[in-house]
Amino acid sequence: MVRLDLTRYPWALSILRNRWPQFLLRAVTLAGFVFTILTGLFGSVVGSHNFAIIFVWIAWWTALKLFFIPFGGRSWCSICPIPMPGEWLQNGGILMPRGKGFGLNKRWPKALRGSWLQAGGFLLIGLFGALTLTSASVTAFVLLFIIVLAFVLSLVFERRSFCNYLCPIGGFTGLYAQAGPVEVRVKDAEVCASHAEKTCYTACPWGQFPLALKSSANCGLCMECLRVCPSDNIAVNLRPWGSDLGPKTKHRLDEAFLGLIMLASVLVDSAVFLGPWGQIKSAAYAIGSTPWFIFAGVFLFAALVILPGLYAGAVKLSMLMGSSRTTLRKSLAKYSQVLVPLGLMAWIAFTISFAFAKFSYVLPVISDPLGWGWNLIGYSNSAWVGQSTSISLLLQVVMLAVGLAWSSRVALRVSGTHRQALPLVTFSGIFSFSMLWLLIG
Amino acid sequence: MKLPLPISNLITFFLQWIWLFVFVLSGLLILIAPLPQSSRTPQKRLIRIEASSFQFTPGQIHINPNDEVTVELVSMDVVHGLSLDGYDFELKADPGQTVSATFVADKAGVFRFRCSVACGNLHPFMIGKLQIGPNQLIIRGIALLILSIVTAFYSVRQIPQLQTRLA
Repeated sequence: MVRLDLTRYPWALSILRNRWPQFLLRAVTLAGFVFTILTGLFGSVVGSHNFAIIFVWIAWWTALKLFFIPFGGRSWCSICPIPMPGEWLQNGGILMPRGKGFGLNKRWPKALRGSWLQAGGFLLIGLFGALTLTSASVTAFVLLFIIVLAFVLSLVFERRSFCNYLCPIGGFTGLYAQAGPVEVRVKDAEVCASHAEKTCYTACPWGQFPLALKSSANCGLCMECLRVCPSDNIAVNLRPWGSDLGPKTKHRLDEAFLGLIMLASVLVDSAVFLGPWGQIKSAAYAIGSTPWFIFAGVFLFAALVILPGLYAGAVKLSMLMGSSRTTLRKSLAKYSQVLVPLGLMAWIAFTISFAFAKFSYVLPVISDPLGWGWNLIGYSNSAWVGQSTSISLLLQVVMLAVGLAWSSRVALRVSGTHRQALPLVTFSGIFSFSMLWLLIG
Repeated sequence: MKLPLPISNLITFFLQWIWLFVFVLSGLLILIAPLPQSSRTPQKRLIRIEASSFQFTPGQIHINPNDEVTVELVSMDVVHGLSLDGYDFELKADPGQTVSATFVADKAGVFRFRCSVACGNLHPFMIGKLQIGPNQLIIRGIALLILSIVTAFYSVRQIPQLQTRLA
């Protein structure tokens, strides 16, 4: 398939190789992160007037799904501020490559590897989302907890263990980065094979060996391999969307679980935040109350029983329709690719209506980030009641249709026969029709 | 017959992606094709909507196109507002107060109405739904989703055919 290697252009190579541009971007995001925590703790309790709520849950969360992932895969991870302090300590300096720093450098427990904990973290976001998304102080405490946790873990465990195994957003971006148009790969495998030192692996904070990279799910695009390769053998490719999805790529069972949790979360978030059912909103918000326990029970039942049950049923049917002898576990993992475009486009469709209706809050909170009556750039009183336009509704329909076409195509390419793909296409169809009803119905 | 390489490449590219062109064109047709409009006679309606913590009651309302609608907004707890997407229509009610205004539902479709006064943490998500006439967008959406599945089957089915044709 066609690839455009950005390192062929000297200006692009110098930007990617130099640690300063990335450091400056990360410094800005770290400053923004600290400022967000402060505004969350000391700013207005009215969510729509607080920088922390609007910037985290509307501006950043929207940018991640509409810009960073669809056009840059895990590009957000390359400038994410959360692992920075711990990484500086691990590296023994701010602009230093991975090396002799501070920390116990232990390996992450084998039993806890994979995306299982990330999926669990995303479930927690869904269960407590109505409170976290609307309470500035809770958002601040969550961010504070995350950065402290990442810091402490970096002192105990090697590399970016937090990002690799715990961060729910890392799980989200990693899963959908497989559909993204950016990848880091080696230019010539022979060159790597003859290089004994493997400096790229030693330098990689994600623990990846570029020669063995077949998927972009666990590559954080940090460019450390590019910087240390003595043979200029690392390519940063622009590639067709969905290049990691197909019959030749390998996938794990935890990817299927993560993909299903994402599908359940987008369904529940659509119902809670965009639906006309006030009682569901109140139940999701009243944490600890009986209605909340009912909401949590229904959410968990949908995420852990209904969707996985339907998916497993579809995979089992597909197996029965084919002739190849393989285990259910392997098939569940193989077909997890179908969930990637399906979930990504569903999240984009959800975000379009969310962003269109709520973006009016962004300029006012820049003008008055703490909600203390300031008017720094003259937009404090400019918030209007956002609304869904006919264009945003049409875009949502189109995104769901693209997601269904894409996931069906992946199901067909992965399956031996069209008959075998039919159950997975049906599963994708049921999900897409449910999303359509929730967003447009 | 084996075609010369450049033309062969062009034909391969065209045939490989023709399904995408067909999908986009058919999709556009589905999205813009005229659908039958509701023929129900417009009438005058009075709709009472109670606004309380993060919900409108009723939350879902169905009316006919060109109905003359008077909305009575009653606030049951704190100050609430009601702003209707797609229409220049807004109401604001103090606690216990009833306010009303009238509009003509001259645009068909499904429109969200939202609270327009910050009323608490879940205020941005205090939403109701007004359906004017049949929901044509969901009909188009269903057709588009079916088209997506058909296109996917067609696009994958085409690959072996293409290889045979160019052999």
